[in-house]
This record gives sequence, structure tokens and C-alpha cells, in this order.
Amino acid sequence: MRKFVAILVVLSMLLAAVPAFSQDMVELRIRWYDDGNEGEVLRDLLDRFEADNPDISVEIDTVPYRAILENLPLDLAAGEGPDMARVTDLGGLAEYYLDMTPYLSDPGYWEENFGPFLNWKRLPGDDSSIPGFMTQLTITGPFINRTLFEQAGIEVPSDMSDSVTWDEWAAASVAVAEALEIPYPMAMDRSGHRFAGPAISSGAMYFDDMGHPTVMDEGFRDMAERFVNWHLDGTMHPEMWPLSEGYAGANEEFANAELVFYMSGSWQVGQFSEQIGDAFDWQTVPNPCGPGGCTGMPGGAALVGIGATEHPEEVARVMEYLASQDVLGEFAARTLFIPAHAGLSASGVDFDTDLQLAKDSLGVFVGQVGTLEQTAFDLQAYAFNRALFDATRDRLTQAMVGELTLDEAIDRIQDDVDTALAEQG
Amino acid sequence: MNRTADPSDHERMGTRALGILDELARPLILLPVAAVDRILTPIQKRVGIDKMGYFFVLPNLLIFGIFVLFPMLLNFYYAMTGGTKLFPEDRPFVGLDNFATLFDCDDFLSPNTCQEDLFWRGISNTIQFVVFQVSGIVFFSLVTALVLNRKIVARGFFRSVFFYPVLLSPVVVALIWKWVLQHEGVLNAIVEIFGAESKRWLLDTNWAMFWVVFVSVWALMGFYTLILLAGLQSIPPELYEASSIDGANHWQDFRFVTMPLLMPTMFVVLVLSLIRAVQMFDHIFVLTGGGPGTRTQLIVQYIYTTGFSNQIQLFGLSAAASMVLGISLLVLTLLQLRLGNQSSLA
Repeated sequence: MRKFVAILVVLSMLLAAVPAFSQDMVELRIRWYDDGNEGEVLRDLLDRFEADNPDISVEIDTVPYRAILENLPLDLAAGEGPDMARVTDLGGLAEYYLDMTPYLSDPGYWEENFGPFLNWKRLPGDDSSIPGFMTQLTITGPFINRTLFEQAGIEVPSDMSDSVTWDEWAAASVAVAEALEIPYPMAMDRSGHRFAGPAISSGAMYFDDMGHPTVMDEGFRDMAERFVNWHLDGTMHPEMWPLSEGYAGANEEFANAELVFYMSGSWQVGQFSEQIGDAFDWQTVPNPCGPGGCTGMPGGAALVGIGATEHPEEVARVMEYLASQDVLGEFAARTLFIPAHAGLSASGVDFDTDLQLAKDSLGVFVGQVGTLEQTAFDLQAYAFNRALFDATRDRLTQAMVGELTLDEAIDRIQDDVDTALAEQG
Repeated sequence: MNRTADPSDHERMGTRALGILDELARPLILLPVAAVDRILTPIQKRVGIDKMGYFFVLPNLLIFGIFVLFPMLLNFYYAMTGGTKLFPEDRPFVGLDNFATLFDCDDFLSPNTCQEDLFWRGISNTIQFVVFQVSGIVFFSLVTALVLNRKIVARGFFRSVFFYPVLLSPVVVALIWKWVLQHEGVLNAIVEIFGAESKRWLLDTNWAMFWVVFVSVWALMGFYTLILLAGLQSIPPELYEASSIDGANHWQDFRFVTMPLLMPTMFVVLVLSLIRAVQMFDHIFVLTGGGPGTRTQLIVQYIYTTGFSNQIQLFGLSAAASMVLGISLLVLTLLQLRLGNQSSLA
């Protein structure tokens, strides 16, 4: 009996000592979503960080993208968020970010290398906080299945001209689809952000003279009309916009060679390298042109620190490591993401792929940065741009199925945005 | 010499085994009883035996209060507030403004004339869905239960088959049917075999509503069939014997014996399926996303989108819409209860 009691005492002392040993270890959590292999790459990079920094452990909570859009804002508002998060609603969540400036060893490095993109993550009037860094810069733009053009014996329009219009691309895609009995000539991600590039190219201003968001101009209407009609006549994938809720993409159709022209963005390169490889020649082509330019939309995802964290210093240490030029360069190379880092842009990234198609595609996207219109940058920097994008997506869908006329749809987009902004105050 | 065990041996062994079990189980049962008794006896002495009932329902009331009543009251408060802040103390009180916004309409039958057109589209779609889905569920569950109550070949197998979809996740059900109904799907493959032209079933605004009703009936009717089957099996067979002696045919059996005795069970099915139909979200969200356009977007999806999915989350408007839904359900249920009471009195 005495032996039994002695064992119990020793065991309980050991158990009591466990928390004491682990008290020095800080556990940080990152809320993350994946487009491709970036979660895997991040884990690998963090493993190295943890080996060098045994006092910090970083857990990655990978969630669906929808959870980043819908659940994370509620968690942050309730003060229940993670220590860091990968977000795309950059300005919309700015009130919850951690300003890491006091904890960074070299804030100047951040200003120097991430300067133009820090504003996207700041509240209006704030020009100094450092809440995080872009994990990638994205550019929207079209992919084509070049093999289908060749099989159909139809010239790729961008081979013949530097400024191909949307109508020319539509005509060529329909011709290819008809020649080869391909089900879908064109598709565009179901996203107001994706629609914005073509709309700006058509002359949409998106902001009035007072800086208030507006869609009441001819440029927007022109592209909206064209876009709705393309859904009605079968030029665009007829089910993707009308039969979805929220975001939808046409990755599968494109990877299965059922789609000729796919308006999406640079983040797809990694996925297409994996899914398609060199099964057919896929290619990124410059954004089509209109009276307002030949622009896509910039965008991207950022890793930000969350203000409610109990460990701001440790968060800053992790962020400094991940944002360092070598580590971020490796992250970009292995994920095939375009880095939003001045130093890396200057030195270039040797993308970790043997696939020439992927390298060429990334080259075209990087080349597109210079063609983006200022309106596109302004719209991306606008904190409530998603309210505008979502209303555009949902109301244009209603016009496609005849629930609203085009003019009613545009009026409703404006009403939705005005009402939401009035509530926001 | 081997001795063959006789029944009395088994009986003795069984009694002994039970005795041992009883000995083992007795302290396990008596100890907690004694402990509970030690707690309850002083309470009973203090409050009196008449009020002990309240004490026993208290745990349940607490759970109901915390998880049902409190959220309902909170929802009521949110419906009276505006802004986009999450915590109630940060939200400005706006009275009935959110309800005024919802009901700001020139013509309730034409959603485009309403300020919150999507709310009224949701109401209109929900009414259509509920009428067709509940009718479908009651009718097909009844027919299936009647068939499965007869002595047919492989009755057990068929009972399992009809119940099986109930066990599936709504997401799985919707994805299976999406695969069947898409343009390059199974249904069009069959249609083309018969020489007909393939169709975009879910893109057609009329067919879309038909299919969401069909899929939800398919997925849920097994549960209601089971309830009706239990109701049918509780009808005493003597009544059918008596009616056959009176010369009744099958229709008369159904009309004058089965239906009157099945009415209480039918009523349960009606109430449960109605509540489930009004709250329908999962199947439709995955199958059509509420589309084409908003053709199959029901009121619950409007509440979800307004409150949670949009970048600027309008909790007040969403809460007001959910109150309208809750009150409508309450009225419908009370109406059904009244009708049920009247029919049982008649």
C-alpha cells in the first residue's frame, strides 16, 4: 500500500511539472486557406523556424476559403481570432490587425519592400502601421487552351495583335468551340473582382468625384450588357454564374479541355501545373482591351498579425522570418506565386518548376503589372470593395436569368452598396 | 457418463447468474440512489412535495433558457438595432426600422417593387416550396407506408431502402443529384438514349424548383414513412376483420378505418415536415446555390446571406427577417394545432 501511495505521489508530481516545463513555449495559431501547395510549403518553412526558435510553436489551422470570408470576421469581432491569418479582404478587416511596428527589428525593411501594398491593409487615414505582408500578389487575366486553337486551325488573336478586344476573343473562342464541339467557349470566375478588370477596360470608373463607389456609368453598363448577353447566347459557361452561390471557378472544365478561354488569375498557375502539366498547351494571354485600357485587377492574399493576440512579440518574430527576402523568395519559388516584395521583384524569382508553360504564364502575369489602370489599384485598395464586388456578382446573375433587366440590376447594385455603406457608417 | 442437461438445470443456472449479477449491480444502483436521496430529502422538506416537480424540470428549463430562450430574446433585440457591430452594446437602437425596410413594398406580389426584393423573393419561393414539398412528402410517405405495411416480398429490404437516404448527409444527397442533373449528367444520358434532347435541368427556372422539391422529398420521405408505418401498425387488426365481415372493400377500409385512426400520426408528420420545409437550406444551397438567379433561394438563405455572407454584415435586418420567419411558423403551427383539435373532436 505504501509503495502504491509513493508511486501516486511521484506520478502526480511529474504531471504537475509538465505545464511548468511547457510554460516557456508559446503556441501561435495561423488561420490559413490553400489555393495549391502553399500550406505544405509554409509548414516546411515553419518547421525550420521552430527548430531555430524552440520557444515558439506555430500551428496552421487550414480552413476552406469561405471560412476566411465568413467566419473569420465574426471571430475577430468577438475577439476570438487566431494570432495570425491569411486574408484576402485586406482593407475590410483592417481594424482587427496588429500593428507590428514596435516589435519589428527593422520596420524600414517592411516599408522599403512592401510599401505600396501596406496601404491595402490599413484603415483610412493610417499611413504608418505594419500589419503584415502579402503572401502573393495576384493579377487577374485570361488563360487559353492553345492546343484547341491549333486543332481548330484558328489563329490565337493575341499572336496577331497586342491589343485584342473582348469581342475578338469571344468570337475566336466561339469559333474554336464550334469547330471542335467544345462545350464552353468562355468562362469567368464567379466574382465581382474578376468582372472589375474587364469593366474598367470598358471605361467603368467605379468611383465618383467624391470618391464614393458607383457603377452608374456607361463603361460599367457596356461590359455588364456584353457579359449578360454572352451568358444568354452560350458564349460564356451558362451554368457557372446562374447556378452557384458565392465564388465559383471553372478549373475542372479548363483542366478537362472543355473550355477554350478562362478569365481567372495568376494564383491558378500552380494548380494548372499540377492538374494539367503539359497534357495540353495552356497559356496566359494579356488582358483584353477596351476604351478604358487593357487591365486586369491586382489583388492577393496577405498574412497579417491579429491585434487580439496575447503574444505580439512572438507574432512579429514569426512574421519577420516569413517576410525575409530569402524565405519569401523560397515560398514564391515553390508555390509559383508572384511575390509582392520590391527586393524580389528586382532580383527576380527562379520559379521551382521544370514546366515551361508555367514559367511563361507567370512571365505574362508579371508583365501585366505595368498595364494595370490606376482605377484598378484604387478599387483594390478600397476597404469595402467586396460589398461592391458581391453586389455586382449577385445582381448581374439575376439579370442573366431574367429576374431583373440590366438597368434594374445596375440600379440594385448601387442601392445594395449605398445601403451597406450607410449601415457601416 | 455424460449427462444431458435438462431444462431445470438451465433454469437453475440462469437464476444463479441473475443472482450474482443482482448482487454486483445492487450497490451500483443503491449508492447513487442513496446519494440523490440525501440531496433531495432536505430540499423536499423545505419546499414541500407539491413544488418538487419544478425542481425536476429545472435542468431542462435551464438548457432551454440558455440555448433557446436567451438567443430568441437576443435576436429580438438585434432586430431592433442597426449598424454592423457585433456586440449588442455597440449597436444603435433603431426601433422597428428593420421591419419597415423589409415591408417597404409597393406590391408584395412583385418583389422588384420592394426595397428588400430578395426577402420577398425568398418568401415567395418558400411558400411555393413548402406547399409542394409538404404535399409531396405527406402523399408519397403515406403511399409508401401503406405498401410497406402489406405482406410483400422482401418487405424488410424495401423498408431499409426507403429509409436509407435519411441517413445520408444533405451535402452528399445534393452532390449526388447535382451529378445526376447536370448537363453532362446521368439523367441527360438516359434522356438521350430515348432520343429526346438533353436539357439544362437546373438552369431552367421552372424545372429548378421542381428538382429541389423532388430531391428534398426523396431525401426526407423515409423518415416520415417510418412514422406513418408505426401509426399503421398500431391500428388493431380486429377493426379490419370487422369491416371485412361488414363487406367493406379496400377503399372503404382505407377511408373509414385507416385514415381516421392514422390522423393523429398524419398530423405529426404534417407539423414536422412543415417546420423542416420552412427551414430548408442545406440541400438547396449545395444543389442550386439558390439559383438560377434567386429562383430557389428560400428565406433562410436570405437570412444567412444578409447576416453572415456579405462583407458588410447586416445583423439587424437578418434578425428581423428571422423573426418574421419565426412568427410565421408559430402562426402556422397554432393553426394546424387548432385544425387538428377540431378534427379530433369531430
